[in-house]
Amino acid sequence: MRRVPVWLQGFGLAVILTMLATGGGAADEVITLGAAVSDTGKYALNGANTRNGYDLAVDAINAKGGIDIGGKRYKLAIRYYDDESTPARGTELAERLIKQDGVKFMLGPYSSGLTKAILPVVEKYRVPMVEGNGAARELFTKGYHYIFAVLSTSDQYLSSAIELAAENAQKLGKAPSSITVALAMENDAFAQDVRAGVLDDINRHGMKVVIDDQLPLELNDMSVTLAKVKALKPDLLVISGHEKGAMTAVTQIKALKVYVPMLALTHCDSAQIAEKLAEASEYAFCAGQWHQSLSYRDEVFGSAADFANRFKAKFGYEPAYQVAQSAAAVLIYADALVRAQSLEPEKVRDAIAAADLPTFFGRIKFDETGKNVAKPMVLTQVRHGKYVVVAPKEWAADTPVIPRPRAIAVDGALSPL
Amino acid sequence: MVSNLLILYEAPPLALQLLLDGILIGAVFALAAYGMALVWGVTNIINIAQGEFVMLGGFIAVAFADHGLPPLFAVPVAAAALYGLGWVLFQTLIVHVIGRDMFNSVLATFGIAIVLQQLMGRVFGGADRIVESGLGTWSFFDGLVTVVQVKVLVFVYCLLLGVALALFLGRSRQGQAIRATAQEPRAASALGIKTRQIYAMTYALNAAICGAAGALAANAYTIHAYSGLSYTIRSFMIVVVAGVGNLAGVASAAMGLGVAESFAGFILGTQYQIAFVFGLLVAVLVFRNWRLGRQRRTLQ
Repeated sequence: MRRVPVWLQGFGLAVILTMLATGGGAADEVITLGAAVSDTGKYALNGANTRNGYDLAVDAINAKGGIDIGGKRYKLAIRYYDDESTPARGTELAERLIKQDGVKFMLGPYSSGLTKAILPVVEKYRVPMVEGNGAARELFTKGYHYIFAVLSTSDQYLSSAIELAAENAQKLGKAPSSITVALAMENDAFAQDVRAGVLDDINRHGMKVVIDDQLPLELNDMSVTLAKVKALKPDLLVISGHEKGAMTAVTQIKALKVYVPMLALTHCDSAQIAEKLAEASEYAFCAGQWHQSLSYRDEVFGSAADFANRFKAKFGYEPAYQVAQSAAAVLIYADALVRAQSLEPEKVRDAIAAADLPTFFGRIKFDETGKNVAKPMVLTQVRHGKYVVVAPKEWAADTPVIPRPRAIAVDGALSPL
Repeated sequence: MVSNLLILYEAPPLALQLLLDGILIGAVFALAAYGMALVWGVTNIINIAQGEFVMLGGFIAVAFADHGLPPLFAVPVAAAALYGLGWVLFQTLIVHVIGRDMFNSVLATFGIAIVLQQLMGRVFGGADRIVESGLGTWSFFDGLVTVVQVKVLVFVYCLLLGVALALFLGRSRQGQAIRATAQEPRAASALGIKTRQIYAMTYALNAAICGAAGALAANAYTIHAYSGLSYTIRSFMIVVVAGVGNLAGVASAAMGLGVAESFAGFILGTQYQIAFVFGLLVAVLVFRNWRLGRQRRTLQ
């Protein structure tokens, strides 16, 4: 075997030594966040929204120089896996991220169901998880310590729609208790929680529930529920069933000529009903965690509108609130890591728990169960293919139109609204 | 439940509405189920990818609408494209499991279903889609009964396709060859029928039927890359109830299923809609078994 010349050996050694010496100093170190997000399956659409939100925030934070801990600069990165929209896979991947990949900080998946599946794992390994897409109340009633949610819980989603109905009845000199309500909620943790929240408000006002249907998970036809709506003529129809529920509802309400004075939905903007079905969705009320017209700001993104513009420039579509809440979850880590000045999961967890952060998404401050109690929900109404904020009053861009103009449908319903 | 029955009692036209809705959605199920029965009867393969073929047809209609083309023109295009896909799938994959244990074919077509789901998710996105046909609605009984025109059109299309299919199988030489192969493949082969080609044609024909059904369904019902399964399950149930090789039976079972779902959803609540239908399936199977058992005893 030929010997390598001595000069080459020396050169090689020098190169290796230089690399070792400069490795830590010149290039920034990386803090890896872990996330199992749906790339395929039922939640593929919002999985993409979640990932895009995370990525936009990571890019923005790194562009500002990253995170400074003990005089050292760290960049953020995210390790993703596809949970295929199934809880069992989510649990498995969370385990893998923490145990095999050594991830010390987790970001949430999309949907309450998948968040619920991951929680026992992060609790077991004592790794904090900041999430922006699990809203069901049951996530915060089990005494978990390592979950932090930047969003409002699902029971608050459509409360303001009920309030609007009550206010409107009073304005017309009628008792709110004369209002009749129809509920059509998907049979999953999230929508059933929306239902529970709505029922609290309905009972408080003494309103009457005339329909209380649970929509099947594999829903593509709502005509049975709508036949009941036709017969019982409720004043307010509340529907929650992710994107499919929103899209099926507005299409079939229009096609079957069902008239309701007030229609309230969830998941309008991620289903893009205003854009894709402008006529059918006109004057529908939509629950939102966030809207780009709100006056929130922060140092990383600027205003809510700045965030929306930045997102549009990069991804080419209007950001649904799912994008914004995902980005906000990353902002919480950036803030907590700086305050903790440590990479210890336990210390970072405590810093997150103590967070009180104004962001483009709204103020974020967690209660002892880990949910954000500082940011209200917003209610928008579809007007000519756009979502216009109509509640709460301090952010309302316009007053709500109640009832839906009858020209939208033909039926002649008598209503106290 | 009682209150829901009272609604029907007080407003009888609603029963008509439920009946119509059931029959109209049943027509779409009938097409998918007939395709499944055809493949099952001729090749002894249970095609689990049935629902994915339907969704793919639906996405072709959506693509037409997105490009400003009339969505109903997508029906023949979807049928032709799916025929091609079915042919290719048969020649590359299905041919290897034909004549083997049914479990093999279930696994193979389940695999095809998964791959198609993922591909559709990639190509068409993960969003729920529906085509706006631009057609109107007929109202009767002071708006209590409304009939969506596009659903009626879908129904008529399904009827025509069903009749065309029956004529093809009953009258044409190719149809005769398909039926011969279904009855006794070895004898058919001995008489000069190229059975492998017949198998391929049957599988491709099924894909085409599903594609057409999907392109039609997308005009009235939401489609999604990952929600083909509900069509597969319903097709399976219909075929189990009606038996293979019985077009009229499949059509009436499909519409009966649609109507049963409608009424069960209305009276018991939508949460029990699917449960009721499965309950019905169990009841039908138990009844059949009991009747068969009686026949067997008579024979003994």
